[in-house]
Amino acid sequence: MQFGLSEEQILLQDNVKRFLNDNASLDHVRKYAEGESDANIWAGLSELGVAALLIPEEHGGIGMTPLDAAIVAECLGNNVAPGPFLGSAVMAPTALIASGGDHGELLGELAAGTHRVGIAFGEAIKRRNDAGIQVSNGVMNGTSLFAFDAVADSYLVADQNKHLYLVSASDTGLTRTVLTTVDKTRQTVELTYKDVAATCISTQVSVFETTLDIGRVMLAADTLGAAQDMLDQAVDYAKQREQFNRPIASFQAVKHMCAEMAASLEPCRSMVWFAAHALADLPDEARATACHTKAHLSEVGKAIAKTSTEVHGGMGFTDLVGLHYWFKRIGANRQWLGAPEHVRHEAAVLQGLVA
Amino acid sequence: MDLSFGSEYDEFRAEVQNFLANNAHKAPKGNDLRGDTAKDWQKLLIENGYTARTIPKEFGGFGAEPDILKSRIIAEEFSNARVNTGLGGQGISMLVPTLLEMGTQEQKEQFIRPTIHGEMIWCQGYSEPGAGSDLASLTTSAVLEGDEWVVNGQKIWTSTAHIADWIFCLVRTEPDAPKHKGISFLLFDMKTPGIEIRPLVDMTGAANFNETFYTDVRVPKHQIVGERGQGWQVANAILGHERETLAPANTAQTRINALIELMKTDTADGERLIDNPVYRDRLMKVQGQVMAMRFNELRVLSARLNPGQDAGLSRMITKLEGTELRHELEGLAIDVMGEIGLAYEDNPHLRNSGSWQREYMYFLGLIIGGGTSQIQKNIISERGLDMPREPKIEKSR
Ligand SMILES: Cc1cc2nc3c(=O)[nH]c(=O)nc-3n(C[C@H](O)[C@H](O)[C@H](O)COP(=O)(O)OP(=O)(O)OC[C@H]3O[C@@H](n4cnc5c(N)ncnc54)[C@H](O)[C@@H]3O)c2cc1C
Repeated sequence: MQFGLSEEQILLQDNVKRFLNDNASLDHVRKYAEGESDANIWAGLSELGVAALLIPEEHGGIGMTPLDAAIVAECLGNNVAPGPFLGSAVMAPTALIASGGDHGELLGELAAGTHRVGIAFGEAIKRRNDAGIQVSNGVMNGTSLFAFDAVADSYLVADQNKHLYLVSASDTGLTRTVLTTVDKTRQTVELTYKDVAATCISTQVSVFETTLDIGRVMLAADTLGAAQDMLDQAVDYAKQREQFNRPIASFQAVKHMCAEMAASLEPCRSMVWFAAHALADLPDEARATACHTKAHLSEVGKAIAKTSTEVHGGMGFTDLVGLHYWFKRIGANRQWLGAPEHVRHEAAVLQGLVA
Repeated sequence: MDLSFGSEYDEFRAEVQNFLANNAHKAPKGNDLRGDTAKDWQKLLIENGYTARTIPKEFGGFGAEPDILKSRIIAEEFSNARVNTGLGGQGISMLVPTLLEMGTQEQKEQFIRPTIHGEMIWCQGYSEPGAGSDLASLTTSAVLEGDEWVVNGQKIWTSTAHIADWIFCLVRTEPDAPKHKGISFLLFDMKTPGIEIRPLVDMTGAANFNETFYTDVRVPKHQIVGERGQGWQVANAILGHERETLAPANTAQTRINALIELMKTDTADGERLIDNPVYRDRLMKVQGQVMAMRFNELRVLSARLNPGQDAGLSRMITKLEGTELRHELEGLAIDVMGEIGLAYEDNPHLRNSGSWQREYMYFLGLIIGGGTSQIQKNIISERGLDMPREPKIEKSR
């Protein structure tokens, strides 16, 4: 019995961390937020094998597990790093593989990091007003709100029946309107379809669900990383900032804020590991665990985002230290692919607790 | 990541299940420490290695090699079957491990066997009116006169003192030493002349703890564990472990399952409680928290099995998070029941024998006892996050 990361996984973590510290520092994140491309970061991560992680070897990938992917997601959250990891390296490959179909060169291109897929799942999770798509005979019409990982070559779209389609970004009937959100580390777009060619990937609900579950666990892992970094930043800052002739870290009110963050976050790490492991190895538990993990990390993350900012005093509220990038990333992760109340409801449904 | 225990352990699990199927009916139902059923059950458990498992045979235990997974399996199976896991109490959970680690051969021979068989009940005399969180400032004194320690002072919150045969007690023997270095760990008979016990009723209505007064209580010199002035280390040797086991995730899981059952059967306005989306959301929230603590516990277990594996702060946070979570869980059950949640003692509308109110209060006691939540946060920030201590205020003693 061993509940923890293997040596290879720790190595993977170290490699990705090192790369991100060199290439996705806060300076880079700022530039990205102001409009610079993430192409170099993604190319570098792809060289490390990040894009190929979940793709089987016969399709040019390296066939690793969701837990490996969660480790990468945590690292990305740590640095609030941009990049199409969630859509292109996790959700799209998972959908394509789970569908069992033949998708030509696509998996190979995804593994190489040369094809990017944005995700438009909103309608299948909870349709908001102004959204809605119809597909008939391979032709898609309507609107998807808030597709993420928006800079993409194609989009994986789920309709209300939880059927999955792929549409090409170059289709002339597709209009992309960039949507500004509070989180500028992840690009968001509104998609309008006018007679767009839609390739059906799957009509099985289980394929949609598998894709959704892994997406949720990765968002939770991303929040884990971001929240851990906010805690670390708070502790470091408190040790060096002095007031009343002593480091504020020696004030009990400040220490207790930090202890509360640490105490609530530590079990989250085990929860993310378990949830990721369950996706591959414990199918009976996987779905509800993914829901609970997404919800729990959203709650703990939200509290840490607030508390860490408070520990920094006025500095925490400025753009100067950039803490707000973490605050906003955690806030965004909370809403994507089902907010806490929504996923907790799903967890209850999955346990047969809803009449 | 490998969550299997291995085939050897599957066999062991089957053995435990088999034992439970054949013997569970002999287990006592309540928490009576003195009853014969409880003692007989304890004896049976020891003979089969389901309690006192790693305590050497010469001291009355089962004498198995430590095997964390087997212990875990026993705990899981007894919890699943909701069968009494044998005697507890501070003698068994705190003193016996302390003696095993720090006691003399004579002390081990004299005390361990009767204690684990329920023949000798202990109480813990640490806290004093002036020494709670700041335990090391305790003032109950012991002065050596010839071959005897003479103990004078007062303890408070002494749980089970009224039924205890013996006490393990922290006393100041070196008044001139720095406060942590002047304490000794004594054992003595509660029938020794000079001891007065006054019961204190707690908020649950039970009189489980006491004020205890000591006037010229004479204790044989050799009834000390460790050396003079080493009492603080002796007491702390197992305190960390004790804290980790106060609110196990297994039990939290059993309780949330009981709460789900309750919410599926109880109704309000003809609607099952679980069909109320607000209550259900709160239930799911707590279920998620219990889940996180279960996996945290898995990590602690795994770090014990695989030395070298980084356990982060997973052990240090369990007392704080575990007790607070149980208090919240029990409180949720009260909320969903509304006024029925108030039922207590002989009320005919009790649910689950009235355990929700009882445990709700009991866990507030555990949030305070064994190092309060605030003290836990001091420990986490200072030892876990390496943040500086508060500047000391000097006071002459
Ligand atoms: C159910 C129960 C059973 C018990 N059984 C026993 C027993 O068998 N034997 C025994 O010896 N003792 C026992 N105790 C005593 C227990 O260990 C003490 O109650 C506990 O250590 C707190 O001490 P106190 O009650 O004096 O509170 P205090 O120390 O006076 O604390 C009061 C408040 O001040 C806060 N506080 C104190 N110091 C600090 C600090 N440095 N930083 C921040 N906040 C602080 C505390 O967190 C608390 O909120 C029991 C207690 C309970 C509740």
